[in-house]
Amino acid sequence: MSRLKITDLHLTAGKFKVKDVNLDIDDHQYFVLMGPTGSGKSLLLKAICGLMPVEAGSIHMRDREITKLEPKDREIGYVPQNSGLFPHLSVLDNITFSAIVAGESHEDALKDSKNAIAKLEIAHLLGRSVVNLSGGETQKVALARALARNPQLLILDEPVSAVDEPTRKEICAVLSDIQTEFKITTIHVCHSREEARSVSDTIGVMAKGELLETGLIDELEKESKHPEIIRLLGTTTKGAQ
Amino acid sequence: MSKLKNYTMSSLALFIGMIVLLIAADVLYMISWDVGPKEIFEILSSKEVISAFHLSIFTSLITLVLILLTAIPVGYALSRYKFKGHSFVNTFVDVPIVLPPIVLGLSLLAFFGTPFGGVVKEIINKFCDGLHVTIMSVLNLTKGTSIGGHFVWFWSGIDLGVDGAFGIIMCQYLVSVSYCIRSAKSAFEQVPRNYEDVALTLGCSEGMAFKKVTLPLAKNGIIAGGIMAWARAIGVFGPLMVFVGTGRSVQVMPTHMWLHLNIGNVEAALVVSMVTMLIAGMAITFVHWFAHGRHWQ
Repeated sequence: MSRLKITDLHLTAGKFKVKDVNLDIDDHQYFVLMGPTGSGKSLLLKAICGLMPVEAGSIHMRDREITKLEPKDREIGYVPQNSGLFPHLSVLDNITFSAIVAGESHEDALKDSKNAIAKLEIAHLLGRSVVNLSGGETQKVALARALARNPQLLILDEPVSAVDEPTRKEICAVLSDIQTEFKITTIHVCHSREEARSVSDTIGVMAKGELLETGLIDELEKESKHPEIIRLLGTTTKGAQ
Repeated sequence: MSKLKNYTMSSLALFIGMIVLLIAADVLYMISWDVGPKEIFEILSSKEVISAFHLSIFTSLITLVLILLTAIPVGYALSRYKFKGHSFVNTFVDVPIVLPPIVLGLSLLAFFGTPFGGVVKEIINKFCDGLHVTIMSVLNLTKGTSIGGHFVWFWSGIDLGVDGAFGIIMCQYLVSVSYCIRSAKSAFEQVPRNYEDVALTLGCSEGMAFKKVTLPLAKNGIIAGGIMAWARAIGVFGPLMVFVGTGRSVQVMPTHMWLHLNIGNVEAALVVSMVTMLIAGMAITFVHWFAHGRHWQ
């Protein structure tokens, strides 16, 4: 069953346009969206989250149209570039933020987040300020915050772009585990083929505001003739020969 | 030391020396005219000085509230929204800073001199009179106590209307509000838009995201701007002279100082000015404390 269905989506941000995006992501699928900087990936994610207006087209989650819904009503967990942790709040207050906003008590809010906190092994960080966390810890806390309210869809915008190589590998392994454990449909934006491979086998490639192709990473590597995909996946394919 | 460091550090020392010299001159002048603690106490405990001090604090605190109520939404709009004429509006906000203060007083005088301004003045005065009666009736209940009696004395002599406290507040507001708007705008600009986006996906409405995330993060800059604007408001003189004059019921610290000078009472003017300097010094200390995230650097 399709979890997220995007049909003929058009977006405009200043002079930049995202055109005619059609995308189908299955339930519990881990989908990686790749593309060079400025290709429109983050804009597309923001449109899915409801953070920017859609010019034309529609977005459905299961059978529910969410194109015009407020971000708070979409049940989407969003981790932006650089994590977006609130620096004036502690780790605990960041993680329980959504539950507190929904009117829950601190105890109930903590209970809701217990699963994610345990899985991400961050219980020892709860009393700390987010300002003093390492890159890896920051990403784990941001992830726990996004998962706290059991979202239907998890959106990760370059979640490991600001960490070193060993931490990147560690976080990617955690992301895969989380996806398996929570069975949550995930969209993960990245630039690197290795990063994409470590978390999923299904990718989509964007360039210049268009979603060029989607499919299994191995198939795209072997069969795609699109120069942008060949450049991004860095392989010698039939298209490159 | 490098030549550049030599030059810049000397300039800094010269500037600080100039300020210290100015303050020291006031003190030396008072010493040379035998103004001791007894004389200072006498001047500061006179009814006129106490009344001017009260009126300055009362009006400037209301001005501060109005400034914050303006600067927070205006600063946010300027920092977050791009609209046609944004650059023009952004520049226009600074107009009160660059206008000679006396021009603001003249403009107020001109506005309330028009038929429309006359009607507005009448409505405001009516409201202020009603407010004054209410405040007095509440205060009269506490007349027996020492604090209550003190307030009754202050409030019974105050004129709240356009030619009184309201006029003073308008002058203070117009001269100072731009400083706080500037500060609030730059404080909001330093809060990445990312944070609001995340808050929206975590269940906040736009208003709630502003209240729970943006405002707390911009708080120090806004408070610093508010204190700066308040310190500026308490020292406003030019527009007050033009718009409300120097009558007994509208005397604030700066006009009181000027009246002392006018009759050649330099010592009294200097004592009052020292109090104003002390308030300004405390304000600027708080500004730096808040600007640096409530710790000293």
